[in-house]
Amino acid sequence: MGLSKEQIAQRIAKEVKDKYYVNLGIGIPTLVANFVRDDISVEFQSENGILGMGPFPFEGEEDPDLINAGKQTITALPGASFFDSAMSFSMIRGQHVDLTILGAMEVSQNGDIANWKIPGKMVKGMGGAMDLVASAENIIVAMMHTNKAGASKILSECSLPLTGVNCVKKVVTNLAVMEIANGRFRLLERAPGVTVAEIQSATQGDLIVEGDIPEMTF
Amino acid sequence: MTFMFGGFGLSGIPENCIAELHRLNVTNVTCISNNAGIDNFGLGFLLQKHQIKKMISSYVGENAEFERQMLSGELEVELIPQGTLAQRCRAAQSGIPAFYTPAGYGTEVAEGKETRKFNGKWHVMEKAFEADFAFVKAWKGDIAGNLIFKGTARNFNPNMCGAAKITVAEVEELVPVGTLDPNEIHIPGIFVQRIFQGAKYEKRIEQLTVRKRN
Repeated sequence: MGLSKEQIAQRIAKEVKDKYYVNLGIGIPTLVANFVRDDISVEFQSENGILGMGPFPFEGEEDPDLINAGKQTITALPGASFFDSAMSFSMIRGQHVDLTILGAMEVSQNGDIANWKIPGKMVKGMGGAMDLVASAENIIVAMMHTNKAGASKILSECSLPLTGVNCVKKVVTNLAVMEIANGRFRLLERAPGVTVAEIQSATQGDLIVEGDIPEMTF
Repeated sequence: MTFMFGGFGLSGIPENCIAELHRLNVTNVTCISNNAGIDNFGLGFLLQKHQIKKMISSYVGENAEFERQMLSGELEVELIPQGTLAQRCRAAQSGIPAFYTPAGYGTEVAEGKETRKFNGKWHVMEKAFEADFAFVKAWKGDIAGNLIFKGTARNFNPNMCGAAKITVAEVEELVPVGTLDPNEIHIPGIFVQRIFQGAKYEKRIEQLTVRKRN
């Protein structure tokens, strides 16, 4: 039901503004780069040490010394720069990055996020996510509204180990765009063809619905 | 012994140092490295021979043997935020015993650590690493230990130089003193105690992603 992962990325791309420095997490966030308007100027930062990240290289031009945080081969655009990891996180913690887009396993109504560990099942690590969520002013979470079994991932309280507390301001899922304010989710937009009632039943946390909720546009 | 290893994924790892540590069968090692290699390359080599006692990393996916050893309790693992990892190297390099960072506040990473509020926001105190050897990889270096890195193979390598008692740098090209332009040196030789030219570089790609030509 609702949007595909590409469509979630496409909707989030509308939040990317001219002159922004943007950090994209692994998964759906990586797809956002494909949908950013080409009449604006945006620089993508990858925390392993590049600002001005470009698209994947042409076949045969891949360089093992040029990868992104997902360890994928990439290219550097004109004006790009390379730097070490400490400087990369100076950009992040120092709030020089304008927008951070990352995935999540769960978010809660007070803005907590969990995305690095499922006890007893999966422990991959937090990578740069804890630094990003602790410092970024402008964080958008890209995720599916429910898990494969249909249980809500938009919660009153996260059940998984936290990545950060009270940090998420906006969530874009396959069903809805929501903001988090004053300890609650607030419904801003719904995916085409999805009703408010369907969003409410897929949301376990407190969800404020006020007035007519418009359909998303892309 | 505690070793630092530069590299992000398989990019910029000290391949030749790892191969030699594998050959020497150095065991009981605590590794400080952002990642743990893959099953058959990088630090994965040392894991397969059970040379590693403990890993301090930020992200350890992509390695089945690592996961097996961790879940069975054979391998001790400390996961820390990537920016904290970099800064703990930098603190060790620059004589700063500890620092405060907002990363990890309110999570299990902050458990047992001192916390303090600055400008209305909570921070966690993190300490400089203490390590015996730092193994780093650079693109070019000279006999004086001056280093130049390439692309995103730079990553943690410069931050680990001088962050351990002894820093061992391996380079793709070792040149005589005076060959490198002083303006272009990333790490001055004062941070490097040993340097050698690697015999060969395999430079494996972890995730090959390309686009088609039109």
